[in-house]
Formats: sequence, structure tokens, C-alpha cells
Amino acid sequence: MKSQSKLKINNLSLSFEEEIIKNISLEVNQEEIISIIGPSGCGKSTLFNIISGILRQNKGVIKIDGIEEKKRQGKFGYMFQEPLLFSWLKVLENVMLGYEIKGFKKEQAKLKAQDLLKKFNLFEYANFYPDSLSGGMKQKVALLRTIAFNSSILLLDEPFGSLDAITRSSLHLYLLEIWKKLKLTVIFTTHDIREAIFLSDRVYILSKKPATIIDCLKINLPRPRKTEDITSKKFVELEKKLISLL
Amino acid sequence: MKQYLLPVFVSILILFFWQTIVTIFHIEQWILPAPVQILNSFWQSRSLIFYHLIPTIIEAIIGLIGAVFISIFIAVLMERFTTMRKIIYPFLILSQTIPFIILAPLLTLWFGFGILPKIIIVILVCFFPIVINLFDGFHGVDPAVLRLMTSMGANQRQIFKWVKLPASLPSFFSGLRIAAAYSILGAVVSEWTGADRGLGILLIRSTKSYLTDRVFAVIGIITILSMIAVLLVEMIARISIPWHYYKLKKIS
Ligand SMILES: Nc1ncnc2c1ncn2[C@@H]1O[C@H](COP(=O)(O)OP(=O)(O)O)[C@@H](O)[C@H]1O
Ligand SMILES: [Mg+2]
Repeated sequence: MKSQSKLKINNLSLSFEEEIIKNISLEVNQEEIISIIGPSGCGKSTLFNIISGILRQNKGVIKIDGIEEKKRQGKFGYMFQEPLLFSWLKVLENVMLGYEIKGFKKEQAKLKAQDLLKKFNLFEYANFYPDSLSGGMKQKVALLRTIAFNSSILLLDEPFGSLDAITRSSLHLYLLEIWKKLKLTVIFTTHDIREAIFLSDRVYILSKKPATIIDCLKINLPRPRKTEDITSKKFVELEKKLISLL
Repeated sequence: MKQYLLPVFVSILILFFWQTIVTIFHIEQWILPAPVQILNSFWQSRSLIFYHLIPTIIEAIIGLIGAVFISIFIAVLMERFTTMRKIIYPFLILSQTIPFIILAPLLTLWFGFGILPKIIIVILVCFFPIVINLFDGFHGVDPAVLRLMTSMGANQRQIFKWVKLPASLPSFFSGLRIAAAYSILGAVVSEWTGADRGLGILLIRSTKSYLTDRVFAVIGIITILSMIAVLLVEMIARISIPWHYYKLKKIS
């Protein structure tokens, strides 16, 4: 199977008073899940802010589907560590907002949002306000809102970082299910080694600030993956290797 | 309901104490009437009080509504244009240093004895808490949410409509609650210098005639009206921002 490069980043750099991103190059293929792992404060969020067009890089080129994109706002589904759901909107309306910002009329957005909620088992919560949901549930809704807005490439910034271990592993499966059904391309950041291995096809390892890419580890574990897989011999080997690289 | 039990109990205690003091020390009615006398005076002059009540309520309501519109206009202007904020802000503060009692005769001089100068006073009294709270609401939006909206390519107008406006509603209602509490008193004060009808004028006349029991009766009515105004705002808030009360309930 020959895969086409969906996102390509070449020699990206950014400095504020000090250098934060240093010469980062990476590549993400269509329908691939890649993770970017690195210590807290190394520049992962900053990297995503550049990719998504919130910040402008000092140097480097970003290509989507082989074409250089200078204005990238709106071209990614960017999700933050906090769910950032709008507390004045019900779950359905929050997901609708993703479609509405994209340009769909209200009626159409509603139908699409209902479909999405049904497809991924959240329809029974459609009329709940976010503040009545658990942390994991909120993050699921936020994920669907992100997908509603733009599902061509997802940027997930430590999406499960604030959840407890059990909720987190259920969200891992949830993400994998969505990924499989919608054939998504996903980049996510984490500082959790197991999470990186469990979800990804490849793991990029970042250094401390200024962030540079130390290495890229290929995760050739078969899919679909199950929670028990983290105890398999192959998984543990990969874990050891990743720790040695960090 | 439980939360009102204690204040009601304390109020009854105070009234009882008041009644006892006045009776024991034989305090003259024109100096300090007892609660029973005040109630009695209210009952006897009920049609008179009702007659004067109407214009005061009308002035308060129109003034409050005017204040809401003006406040929204000013707050949005300050939010959208930094220059406007720099120009308007000092004037906002300055406007609160004006003693409105002194302004009242001036406004009467300029606009006559009609309802207009009264409404202007109510607006001047009420707009400040609304503007300040609304503006704070616009600015209190989580910066991460703004970042999210920017990443989606939303422009300033869309961010305002989708995020800042709804997010600022709770603080808007906080301001409105304060303004509503002021509105009745604002209307009363505005009537002091020139009106032939209104609780303010009734208050002045009763004072001049040493009808102290009626003065207290009118003060009581003003208090009750102000409380009703606040409760009405509270009710509107509960209907229009149910999600906010949901959040509060969860936190407590
Ligand atoms: N706008 C900014 N101005 C100056 N420094 C910044 C800015 N944004 C982030 N940084 C710095 O960049 C570094 C990386 O931050 P961040 O990307 O949030 O790290 P991570 O997401 O990996 O935890 C931090 O040291 C932070 O202080
Ligand atoms: Mg971060």
C-alpha cells in the first residue's frame, strides 16, 4: 500500500526571546497516527500553534497534500488539552458549532451533528450541558466537535493528559474507533510513553527546549490494538527502546 | 426557602424590639413612629401611595431599559476598539463622581418637569454597573478559547457572536441586578426637584408635613419595590442562562 504524504514540515524554527523550535522536519502520511513525545515545556504546544497557523514560524515550510500553505488557520482540526466546550451550549450545539464555523447553515449543521453523535455513541447526551458531563465525556464531545470542524488532519495536543488512567484507556479505544471509521490522519502530542506506543504508527521524539527531533520510532504492532496489548513482549520492547531514546 | 428563614426571623425580631422601645419610652410619633403605626398609616394612605407609585415605577423601568441599551452600546464599542476604550474609560469613572441630587435640578431646568429628566437620572444611576460588568465579561473569556477560535479561522465578529457575547451574559446579569436595585431609588431622587406625582414627591411632602409615619411607609414601599426589581432580574436570568445556574449548582 503506497501512502501519500498528507503533511510535510521542513526545517521549522521559531524563537521568542529564546529559541523554542529548532529545525524540526517531519512527515505524516494519509490515515496515519503519529505522536510527538517530549518533556513538558519543550515546545510541543508551540509546534502545534505554528502548524495550525496561530503562530508564524521564523523559518521553514509546511506543506499540506504537497502544496505549501502559508495561511493555515482553519485547515486542521485542533484540539487542546482542556475540552474548552462552550458551557452555554448543549452537547449537540457544541458539535454543531464545529460545522457552523466551517460554513454550514444551522439546519444542515444540526443534521450532521446528530449523525456524528449517533455514529459515535454520544447521542443520548445530545441535550446535556457540558458542565453535567464527566471529564472523559467532555473530551469525547470536544473530539467530535473538532472532527465536525475539520477532519482532514487532526492535531490533538495532549488530549488525554488530564484524565485518570482508566478513562484515558477508554478514550484511546474511542479515538482508534473514530480513526478507523473516518480514515483520519492524526498527530498528537503526549509525555506518556505507553500512550504514544499504543496509539501510533510512528513516534517522533523531541528533545528539551529548544525542541529538535531526536529520533523517529516505527511502531509495528498489528492493528486493531486492544488494551491488553500493552503487556505483550513486543510492546515492552518498544517501551524500553523509547525510554532509552528520551 | 430555608435560606430566607433566618433573615425573616431577624427582621421580625427587630420590628418587635422597635415597637417595644417606642411604646416604653413614649417616643413622639413625628420623631419615630412604631411599626404598627407605620402599617396603619400605609393602610390609610394606600390609595395615595398607589397613585404616586405608578410614575415612579414607569420612570424606573424605562430608565433601566434605556440604561441596558446604552450600556451594551458603550461596552461593545469599548470591546471592539481599543482607542474607544481609552477615551471612554476615564469618562465612565468621572460620570460616577457626579452627585445626581445636584444634577436633578439642572436637568429639570433643561428638560422641564416631564418624565424625560427623571429617565435621564435613572439611566445615569443604572448604566455604570452594567457597562463595567459587561465589559469585564467580554474580557474574562478564557484565552485558550480565543486561541481555539483563531485556529478555526474565526474572525473577530464571529468570535464576538459565538463566544464573547454568550460568555459575558452571567456578568451582564450581575450588573443588571445591581442596576435594578438602584433604579427605584434613582427614580425617587429624580422626582425631588420637580414633579407633581411620584413617590419622591410624596416623600418630600410627607417630610415637610411631619407625617413621619407616612415617610416610613413610603421608605418601606421603596425597599419592597427595589427587592421586587432584583428578583425580577434574577428570574429573567434563570430563564435566559440556565446553564450558568447549572454550573453554580455543581460548584457548590
Ligand atoms: N508566546 C510566547 N512567548 C514566549 N515564550 C513562549 C510563548 N509560548 C510559549 N513559550 C515558551 O515556549 C516553551 C514551550 O512551551 P510549550 O510549547 O507550551 O511546551 P509543551 O507544550 O511542550 O509543554 C515554554 O518554555 C514557554 O515558556
Ligand atoms: Mg503543551
